[in-house]
Amino acid sequence: MFESLSDRLHDVFKQLRGHGRLTEENIQEALREVRMALLEADVNFKVAKEFVATVAEKAIGQEVVGSLAPGQQVVKVVHDQLVELLGGQTATLNLSGRQPVVIMMVGLQGSGKTTTSGKLAKLLQGKGRKPYLVPADVYRPAAIDQLTILGQSLGVPVHPSATDQDPVAICRQAVHAAQSGGYDTLIIDTAGRLHVDQELMGELARIKDAVQPAEILFVADAMTGQDAVTVAEKFNLDLAISGVILTKMDGDARGGAALSIKKVTQRPIKFVGMGEGLDALEPFHPDRVASRILGMGDVLTLIEKAEAVVDKDKAEKLAKKLKKEGFSLEDFLEQIQQIKKMGSLEQIMGMIPGMSRIKQLKDMPKPDEKELVKVEAVINSMTIKERRNHAILNANRRTRIAKGSGTTVQDVNKVIKSYTEMLKMMKQMSGKPGGLGAFVGGPKKKKRPKGLFR
Amino acid sequence: MLSWFKKKIGGAQPLPPEQAAGSEAPTPVAEASGQQEDGASFFLRLKDGLSRTRKTFVRQIDALFLGKKQIDAELLEDLEEILIMADIGANTTQELLEKTREQVQRNELADGQALKTALKEMILDYLINADRPADLALPAQTPFVVMVLGVNGVGKTTTIGKLAHKFTQAGQKVLLVAADTFRAAASEQLQIWGKRVGVEVVAQQAGADPSSVVFDALDYAKPRNFDVVLVDTAGRLHTKVNLMEELKKIKRVMDKKIPGAPHEILLVLDATTGQNAISQARLFNEAVDVTGLALTKLDGTAKGGIVINICHEFNIPIRFIGIGEQMEDLRDFEPNEFVEALFAEGEA
Ligand SMILES: Nc1nc2c(ncn2[C@@H]2O[C@H](COP(=O)(O)OP(=O)(O)O)[C@@H](O)[C@H]2O)c(=O)[nH]1
Ligand SMILES: Nc1nc2c(ncn2[C@@H]2O[C@H](COP(=O)(O)OP(=O)(O)O)[C@@H](O)[C@H]2O)c(=O)[nH]1
Ligand SMILES: [Mg+2]
Ligand SMILES: [Mg+2]
Repeated sequence: MFESLSDRLHDVFKQLRGHGRLTEENIQEALREVRMALLEADVNFKVAKEFVATVAEKAIGQEVVGSLAPGQQVVKVVHDQLVELLGGQTATLNLSGRQPVVIMMVGLQGSGKTTTSGKLAKLLQGKGRKPYLVPADVYRPAAIDQLTILGQSLGVPVHPSATDQDPVAICRQAVHAAQSGGYDTLIIDTAGRLHVDQELMGELARIKDAVQPAEILFVADAMTGQDAVTVAEKFNLDLAISGVILTKMDGDARGGAALSIKKVTQRPIKFVGMGEGLDALEPFHPDRVASRILGMGDVLTLIEKAEAVVDKDKAEKLAKKLKKEGFSLEDFLEQIQQIKKMGSLEQIMGMIPGMSRIKQLKDMPKPDEKELVKVEAVINSMTIKERRNHAILNANRRTRIAKGSGTTVQDVNKVIKSYTEMLKMMKQMSGKPGGLGAFVGGPKKKKRPKGLFR
Repeated sequence: MLSWFKKKIGGAQPLPPEQAAGSEAPTPVAEASGQQEDGASFFLRLKDGLSRTRKTFVRQIDALFLGKKQIDAELLEDLEEILIMADIGANTTQELLEKTREQVQRNELADGQALKTALKEMILDYLINADRPADLALPAQTPFVVMVLGVNGVGKTTTIGKLAHKFTQAGQKVLLVAADTFRAAASEQLQIWGKRVGVEVVAQQAGADPSSVVFDALDYAKPRNFDVVLVDTAGRLHTKVNLMEELKKIKRVMDKKIPGAPHEILLVLDATTGQNAISQARLFNEAVDVTGLALTKLDGTAKGGIVINICHEFNIPIRFIGIGEQMEDLRDFEPNEFVEALFAEGEA
């Protein structure tokens, strides 16, 4: 797991407490850490350099205010600056103008253009528009089939392109077909291509000329490294893109490419792809991605994810119960099951600020299928009394539970240990047991959680 | 370097391993011509495919070293930029430069030129230490089962198509297995590759259980004397626990059907990927024990420096590089040549 920037700076600034003012000298080391954090997150070398210079300018001379440690103050400057650079423009789709309006998807091979075309069709359909999907990738084997299948699953019509046609001709015909069919939004899925492939870049320019898209969306993989700058710059130069969609953000990529791309194109990031399913498209939130790039915990996303998978009533009941009775083994079981729905435990924990400082994390149960079945069996073999008060679980009881659940005493011990570790962590995080309730749907979201800027 | 394509595997056409032509001699040019091609032209094409990558790299580094008699802070800083821009990673870059600095302090490096040689050797070390002879993967009996995996869109299916071509060229009988039953038209894509290359493809309907596709496919393959079975899997992010479990299950099923299979577990990485490739390598390796890497899309401007990182950290050899979308666009990875070209001086 990544060590978060605030964690790193915590150490750097230990000596600085009470020094009063941030100076060029005393923030040098901190800036080095900021730079390393950005580079580790795949922010482009030059972009990172410029960014750090700006941060230095803003930070130097600031009073170290009483409640904030100097490190936190620098993090705040960094975070705010990142949010500013990432955001800034409204990121809605421009669908006004002459109808039918055209959206054109462009990008490298495998970045997610076809899938995102399907996602956009679904989104627009939900908003009452009438999308028309246009496969214009005649190169990649079965690319037309791929979009056709996606269209079918959505009930969105797909233009009958064929691989022996010229992509420019396909697009031209498709506009007519959409017009006569009464569709108002064409989504053109073009073939992936390298920015250095002049011939194929020329093809995109010809499509653009032919159909005058209202939106040209550059689809980029969130895992992209330093080269993001070169690629985005060239697509923007040749096509004057109107926006960016960042895909595969459902993984553990830090997503520094977002900053690089935004910086060189000055075009808004409009959406992020959060999965392979056609509803996994979300608006872009600069503050979340900023936190993520800095490894500071994407708390809001975490809370929303939890909201999405947790039955609301159940969550509220649990939250209440946690407040009143604390965190029992039953709750533990439920948490683990919820976590399983949200993704890997490590990933979830990574989203919680300050979590990377907690060493016990390594002993946490890995939510692998078998492990979870065991946890479930073990807890199910406990009496209600035991589940509510783990302190009474003596050797005799543990042996009985092991027998009852078809596991070993070691397994039982492991479950209990994991549970107590979690209890401890929750205490560390919130000062009281049950603090985790906040992320399974308790009182939520009002403010940025405390831990973030500690 | 890869004897997979040079000989019949296992019992089907017995060929004692000693006869697998000069597998220990490190003569890149001859070795690389594994597909009965004219060595020189192959070498040229390889260089050609990588030229974009290399030219930028070479030019930058040369511009840096040539004029410099003195090693100073500025030179090291420029070097840092080049290494990081190549996706070698901030940490590995620090490590490399730290070692360089030490050598400079000990006066072991006289000028920019010596510095360059030292760096070259360090990077080569990272790559070579991870090398594992590819023929060790070959089973005593056919079929040779290769499982291909990776995150979404990196080029798994395409790499399988290219591999099928390579094996076919070497006279082997290849079966493709469409175990990506998830992505729309994934099996259609593989079937088109099958037609292109002229090999059989086993596929089931979309949404089928990938393990059962593999189960049936190996049933089909066993009595039919296939030399090689290439199994395509659905792209999956390494952080998705249930999907990684699915992968483990597919692997178990293979071993049940053909003990020892899969003989090679090839993780496909996209050269455009940055530091996340490390996490990919780590988690895929933890799940199924990756035995080899393929690095695709090196025909772009991404430098692919991530390779150095991954070899160094996980000790997994790079078997192939992808340098285009056509079936011929697959090359054996050659560490010497790779690094040599990175640092080569003004090739005319
Ligand atoms: N996990 C994840 N996978 C995605 C996302 N977007 C696309 N993909 C996958 O990435 C792969 C390539 O996508 P595709 O649409 O074919 O890319 P294209 O070559 O640009 O058209 C497929 O396996 C998709 O399912 C995303 O947001 N998250
Ligand atoms: N330029 C280039 N494109 C590649 C290479 N390998 C694969 N691709 C392209 O990348 C895209 C995704 O490839 P695919 O094999 O479908 O990826 P998969 O989702 O991992 O199976 C396709 O458009 C391929 O043509 C390569 O080495 N170079
Ligand atoms: Mg596509
Ligand atoms: Mg595929």
